[in-house]
Amino acid sequence: MKKESSQLPLWEVFIQSKSGNPYKHAGSVHASDEKMALQNARDIYTRRGEGRSIWVVLSNNIAASLPADEDEFFDPADDKVYRHPTFYKIPEGVKNI
Amino acid sequence: MTTKEALYNFCLRLGDNNLILGQRLAEWCSNGPILEEDLAMTNMSLDNFGQAEYLYEYAAELEGKGNSADDLAFLRDEREYFNNLLVEQPNGDFAVTMMKEMLYSSFAVSLCEALSQSKDERLSGLAVRMTKEVKYHYRHSSEWLIRLGNGTDESRTRAQTALNELWMFTADLFTMNQTDKVLVKAGISVDMNDLLPVWRRSVEEVLKAAKFKVPQNCHMITGGIDGQHTEYLGHILCEMQYLQQAHPGAKW
Repeated sequence: MKKESSQLPLWEVFIQSKSGNPYKHAGSVHASDEKMALQNARDIYTRRGEGRSIWVVLSNNIAASLPADEDEFFDPADDKVYRHPTFYKIPEGVKNI
Repeated sequence: MTTKEALYNFCLRLGDNNLILGQRLAEWCSNGPILEEDLAMTNMSLDNFGQAEYLYEYAAELEGKGNSADDLAFLRDEREYFNNLLVEQPNGDFAVTMMKEMLYSSFAVSLCEALSQSKDERLSGLAVRMTKEVKYHYRHSSEWLIRLGNGTDESRTRAQTALNELWMFTADLFTMNQTDKVLVKAGISVDMNDLLPVWRRSVEEVLKAAKFKVPQNCHMITGGIDGQHTEYLGHILCEMQYLQQAHPGAKW
């Protein structure tokens, strides 16, 4: 038997620290299905009170940009400083921006 | 036996169940079948140690002799431990550990839920807190047993063997002594016989989903709550208590 075949499928784990906050990538787990992936994620990534909600998704289902495309994807954003919202005044009392 | 003495005994019993089960689960540390499960088992172990600590602290206060939770954990002999026989049984293979966890945690869920209504406020508060943890232990172990039962011939055979070997220690969970009589009368604890059907339902739900056969006419072994243990407890204590027994009061 090949060594890889004994590994369960890989899942990516996203944790929401509290209601309303975005889900952040926390890491990955091995699991045979969604249920097990959620439990494993709970045991590994929320032991110290890091979250109130978990998403898991099969790593294979994530489409990722290619390193080869890096230049044409991201370089054009380098010199567009006007795209940053730094030219606006933020009213006092507005949080989370 | 006064109510206070009975409550002290009872807290020790619950604390001992947690400490010994936690110690058994901790034996899996670095030996788990996969990293995720290694962490899951040691997580549950830490839940158990946490519960044991709270219960021993309360017991020590009730005793009023200036003992600490650590003194109660590390300086009592085998015959002074009141845990149920199930929790001291060896881990065996992964199937045995999960079967033991499921059989015990389903009992713990029914007990903690019942104790949440206890007339002793401190105990009912602890019970509410413990219920959340043991519910997860039940869920985690049940999920695995259902997988093992519906998995390969080997996983099914191993888990069924585990059930056959552990079943004889399940009646011990529901035994009662003078401690229980005093506490039931005072509305602090519950009649264990009332928990049996609740436990039976939650266990059978898992065993049915996993397609295991419940052992019939099994000879039951009891005695844990009176300090009469199987050969294994002495060995656990020997290892767990070694440092404090050899160097009393040692700190780091």
